[in-house]
Amino acid sequence: MTTKAKRLNMNQKYQLMTRGLDWETTYQDMDDVFPYDKYEGIKIKDWDKWQDPFRLTVDAYWKYQSEKERKLYAILDSVAQNNSQLSISDARYMNAVKIWMQGVTPLEYNAFRGFCTLGRGFRGAGARVACQFQAIDEMRHHQTQIHAFSHYNKFFNGMNQQSRIRDRAWYLSIPKSYFEDAMTAGPFEFITAISFSFEYVLTNLLFMPFVSGAAYNGDLATTTFGFSAQSDESRHMTLGLEIIKFMLEQHEDNVPIIQGWLDKWFWRGYRLLGLVGTMMDYMLPKKVMSWRQAWEIYWEENGVALFNDLARYGIKMPKHHETATKEKNRITHEFWSTIYQFSHATALYTWIPGNEELDWLSAEYGELFDTVYRPRYEYWKELDDKGERFFQERLPVVCNVCQIPIFHTMPDDPLKNCCLVSEYKGTKHQMCSEGCLDIFNNEPEKYCQAYIPPQQIYQGNCGGATLDDYRKWLHIRDEDTGEYYGSEDHQMWEKWKAQAGKPTDEAA
Amino acid sequence: MSIDIKTATIEAKRTTFDHIVEKLGEGKTPTRYQEAVFGHQAEEVFHYRPTWDSERELFDARRTAIVMNDFEDLLDPRQYYYGTYVIQRSKQRESQEKNFSVVEKRGLLEDLDAVMKEKISKVVVPFRHAEWGANNNNYYIAGYGFQTPITAAATFQGMDRLANAQYLTSIGLILSSNDPAILDQAKDEWLNTPMWQGLRKLVEDSFVTKDWFELHVLQNYLLDGVFQPLLFKHFENEVVKNGGAAFAMLTEFFVDWFVESQRWADSTIKVAVKESDANKALVESWINKWQPTVIAAADQLAEFVFAERSKDIIQQIETELDARSKKIGIQVQEK
Repeated sequence: MTTKAKRLNMNQKYQLMTRGLDWETTYQDMDDVFPYDKYEGIKIKDWDKWQDPFRLTVDAYWKYQSEKERKLYAILDSVAQNNSQLSISDARYMNAVKIWMQGVTPLEYNAFRGFCTLGRGFRGAGARVACQFQAIDEMRHHQTQIHAFSHYNKFFNGMNQQSRIRDRAWYLSIPKSYFEDAMTAGPFEFITAISFSFEYVLTNLLFMPFVSGAAYNGDLATTTFGFSAQSDESRHMTLGLEIIKFMLEQHEDNVPIIQGWLDKWFWRGYRLLGLVGTMMDYMLPKKVMSWRQAWEIYWEENGVALFNDLARYGIKMPKHHETATKEKNRITHEFWSTIYQFSHATALYTWIPGNEELDWLSAEYGELFDTVYRPRYEYWKELDDKGERFFQERLPVVCNVCQIPIFHTMPDDPLKNCCLVSEYKGTKHQMCSEGCLDIFNNEPEKYCQAYIPPQQIYQGNCGGATLDDYRKWLHIRDEDTGEYYGSEDHQMWEKWKAQAGKPTDEAA
Repeated sequence: MSIDIKTATIEAKRTTFDHIVEKLGEGKTPTRYQEAVFGHQAEEVFHYRPTWDSERELFDARRTAIVMNDFEDLLDPRQYYYGTYVIQRSKQRESQEKNFSVVEKRGLLEDLDAVMKEKISKVVVPFRHAEWGANNNNYYIAGYGFQTPITAAATFQGMDRLANAQYLTSIGLILSSNDPAILDQAKDEWLNTPMWQGLRKLVEDSFVTKDWFELHVLQNYLLDGVFQPLLFKHFENEVVKNGGAAFAMLTEFFVDWFVESQRWADSTIKVAVKESDANKALVESWINKWQPTVIAAADQLAEFVFAERSKDIIQQIETELDARSKKIGIQVQEK
């Protein structure tokens, strides 16, 4: 004989399963138990107002995630068994994978560790649990990416030295400094930077190009982990929106602090995405869409609408967003030109786009491309044809905030270089833009610590005084760098094509 | 383009990443576990000091007094990476869920005598808060620890502890036919009744323990090494002997989980102790510092559960713990 049990709805059950576990400590002061969640000045009156974005119990999480992992690893196994690298559009595509593995995968790792600290650090139990789930998800993304790329690494160059160049290479300082900036900030700024500004506002500009790019270009492994991660990402986006609304609703004093973070992290995120846009426009043999088009859809339409929703809290559009929009027709060409000249100091290959690709770029970017960038590429192509492939031997000045070589031009004049200087404690610091200058001037104590690769190289701290020494210090061989055509990746690809009786690049 | 050639003609250039080759030697094919945990934490060129710890780097070996030549030696003997972890737990979850639904559907706990029911609600249900404490502590280790083998495993351990807390919540709700008042009452006991205060103070003290390896020893070795057998071996036996076989179905997960997580705790501590005499002395000092307090806290609870037999049971638990300590190379203090 059983008594009839009351029914609890999902929400009640979830509340009992998480929030109810927490208590106010009395043997130790709560401020000692949670020492880091007040110093940024964010005021939380009532953590109970936090709306849990996931409402997952651990056993449900195991169930869903294990189903996804079983499928994912079955596909990764089959990619290895069937040598699915033979299905990609062209070996140039692999450079997009290299950018991901060198630059983005380490960020997944850092997200894992950063969210672990938040999963311990927030005073509210609901927020803590949400961050714990995100932490373990981020570990998943990191590990599944390593496992997916492990197969490609067996054939293509530029991935095997990942754990060295991740910290050392000048161009990987761009993503590295971005994430370390967030992780060295307090917990509220970290979550604003990563969960909101990155995962919510800008995520489509990262995810869409890479994962759709992989799908368009026949990369089954990346497509699979990408789509498998997408259901996790939608949870993370919900967390991003919740934390912003929660902070804004808790206290009006929070509004200007958050506005400052949104300004900063919009600009830092946008600068980082320049690298992604460049990959989209130049590294995908089969194009998904141009950076310009992606910017219009995902920022000018969706991003702006999101900020309009936040206007009722007193939040304004992020500072310098107009500049980002003005740059949409040139940022990726300026970036590619820079990587092209310096690719002998990267673990990437670069090339001048073929005629069809130049025509596509002309169609997407119009007059500016035809007058400024296309002639430059045609000139470099001529040099290359004469056997004088152009490489820059001088090191660039890089921005003290975003770490990108200062190739950027003035917002209203694409022919005039933009380099702004701020002096702090007797030292001059160069920045690429008003956006980065503002960031520097708001926290000079932080940014004057930044590691500036060219300065370190010139000071002889990176293995020696020559480019050769620098490459050795990076664990990059000559064969891993420089021009794509004639490279080891290219030769291997041509060999495979010849074996299959396909026309080679030479024949074409 | 899909190139259609015999895959036998395709030769791999390398078997794995350079940092793995450096670690394992040439020609070894790494496991997925090894690829998942070696070489991923940033090691140099840190751009900024943390605003929350300006004395140290973002990842810094000095957040524990333990010194290792290579913190990646603190491996997980279960070799869990995310995929194998969730798949293993999902299998266990399936049988756990079946057990719960059988007990619930057939009302198997309802025949239990009132004294035993009372004991479960006073002993097992409040312990959910201690599991929550363990969850928090493991996320601390995962966040501030050094290198991936220990921080990844601590993340799994943290998830496991939240699961444990949630399973205990479910046990409470089965006992009360879904009346949440049982949880409020358990929390009140956790906060106020004297028999819980020793443990609660310990858990709160653990929350302010800054050295992550000390916290690992305190939480995953000492607190677990005493309280898990107390509740899920001795107390469980007691309930089973008194007509509560169904209770063992509900706590089966804990028993399996503890066997497994002990292997991880023992092995990581053993490796650290073996590394140097200084590490050994440190771990011993932590054990000497905390073990008596942990035992005293367990005493308070055991008295309520086992009355006159409590001394014997606690002694048995401590003997087992000391035997584990000896096995992993720790000098045990005379009692």
